[in-house]
Amino acid sequence: MAISAARDPRAVAETVTDPELPALTLADLGVLRDVRVHEGTVVVDITPTYSGCPAMGVMRADLLHALHTAGFDDVEVRTVLSPAWSTDWISEEGRRKLAVAGIAPPGKAPVRTTGPVPLQLGPPRRTAACPLCGSPDTEELSEFGATACKALRRCRGCREPFEHVKEI
Amino acid sequence: MHEETVYDALTNAHDDAGHWAFGTGFDDPLAGVDTTVPDGVDPADLGAYCLMLGDDALVLAQRLTQWITAAPELEEEVAIGNTGLDLLGQARLLLARAGSVGVLGRSRSLATGSIPDEDALAYFRDADEFRCTGLVAAGNGDFGQTMVRLLVASTVRLAVLARLRDSGDPVLAAIAAKGVHELAYHRDHAARWVLRLGDGTPESHRRAQAGVDAVWPHLADLFTATDVEARLAAAGVAVDPADVRAEVHEVLTTVLERATLRVPAWPADVAPRGRAGEHGPELTGLLETLQGLARQHPAATW
Repeated sequence: MAISAARDPRAVAETVTDPELPALTLADLGVLRDVRVHEGTVVVDITPTYSGCPAMGVMRADLLHALHTAGFDDVEVRTVLSPAWSTDWISEEGRRKLAVAGIAPPGKAPVRTTGPVPLQLGPPRRTAACPLCGSPDTEELSEFGATACKALRRCRGCREPFEHVKEI
Repeated sequence: MHEETVYDALTNAHDDAGHWAFGTGFDDPLAGVDTTVPDGVDPADLGAYCLMLGDDALVLAQRLTQWITAAPELEEEVAIGNTGLDLLGQARLLLARAGSVGVLGRSRSLATGSIPDEDALAYFRDADEFRCTGLVAAGNGDFGQTMVRLLVASTVRLAVLARLRDSGDPVLAAIAAKGVHELAYHRDHAARWVLRLGDGTPESHRRAQAGVDAVWPHLADLFTATDVEARLAAAGVAVDPADVRAEVHEVLTTVLERATLRVPAWPADVAPRGRAGEHGPELTGLLETLQGLARQHPAATW
C-alpha cells in the first residue's frame, strides 16, 4: 500500500493500450472516461466503442492488471453507456498515432441526436487521405474491416491498401 | 495476490461463472451500470420488453452467422459477420438488462445457478419463451433475400431505437443510443445491396424481387403492440410499434423504387405472433444450433 500513495491511478490507467489498436491508449481512444478514488477504491469508468466490441473484457483485465501491478489493491472497472461513444471521442493525439501506425483516422462523425435517421443510398461519402503517401485520391474496398471499427480502403496513388477508422 | 500476466488476469477474473458466454474473460456487459428500475415502471413489463428487443437481435445475429464461410465474397462475409457482432452486442446488453430486473424469476435463477443471466436467457429458454418476431426467425433464403430481410429488420429496429433514446428507462435509452449508430450503418449497407441487386442483371433483379415477396408477409405482425408494449409506451418507456409504421413504409418504398423493384401491398395488421411466443419450426432449428453446446456441456470452458 505504500507504493500506491506515490502514484496517481489516473496516470497508470492512461498507460493502458487498446488490445486491437496497440499504438493507442484507451485514453487516446476516448474509451477511458474517468479514474477516481472513492473510499480507498480506485474506480475506473470505461465505455464500449461498439455494443459487440469483444475487446471490453480484455480492456477490463488490462486495466486491473496495470493498477494492481502499480500497487492499487482495490480496483473497480465500471461500464458507462451514456453518452454513447463515437469516433469524435478519439483525441488529437490518438488521431496522430493512428496515422503513424498506417491507419487513416476518422473524419467528423455524423450527428444523430433526434428524429429519424436519413437514408444514405449513394456510395459512402467517407473520404480519407492515404496514411502512407498522403494522397487524397483513395477508394473504399469494403465498408467493414478486420475489426468492427475499421473499413478497408486503397490508395489510387501508391496503390497500397490501408485501414480506416470509420466515422460512427 | 496479483495476477502475473494478462492471460492469468483473464482466466482468473471470475471464479466460475465468467468463462461462459464466449470462452474466457467476458463478464457482465452492464457491470457498474446503475440498473435501478425507474419509479412507476413495472419491472416485469420492462424485462419482457427487453427480451423482445434482445431476442430480435440475438436471433438475427445467429441467422447472419450462417453466412460465415458461405458469403459470395470475402469482404461481404466480413460485413455480415460484423453486422451480426453488433447485433450480438445489443442482445447481450438487452438480455443483461432483462436479467437485472429479475425476468428469470427466483426458481429459474436457482436452477441455472452460477450462469450469468444473459447466458441463461440465451441458452436455456425454449422456443416458446422467445419473443422475437417471425421476420428475424425466418430462414435466410439466398443472398438477395438475406439483404432484403436485413434491410427490413434494420429499418424497423432503427426506427424503434431512435425513439427509445428518449426512453424513461435510462439503461434502455443508453443501449438504444449506442445501437442507433450501428443500425444506421447496417441499414444503409443492406439498402445499397438491394439497389445493386434490384437494378442489376435480370437474374439479380428476379432474385431480389423474390426476396421481397418472401419477406413481405412478415411485416403483418410488426406494428401491433403487445399489452406490454402498450403499457410501457403509455409510461414513456417503450415505443408503440404502430408509431414507426409510416417511417418504415417510407424508407422501404424509397429503396425498392430506386431499386426498380415492385413494392407489394402492405399486409393487413394481425395480432402479434412472435412477440407472443408463437413461432414456426425455423426458430426451433436455429435454437438447436445456438443452444446445443451450452446444453450438452453446461459451464464448459475452452
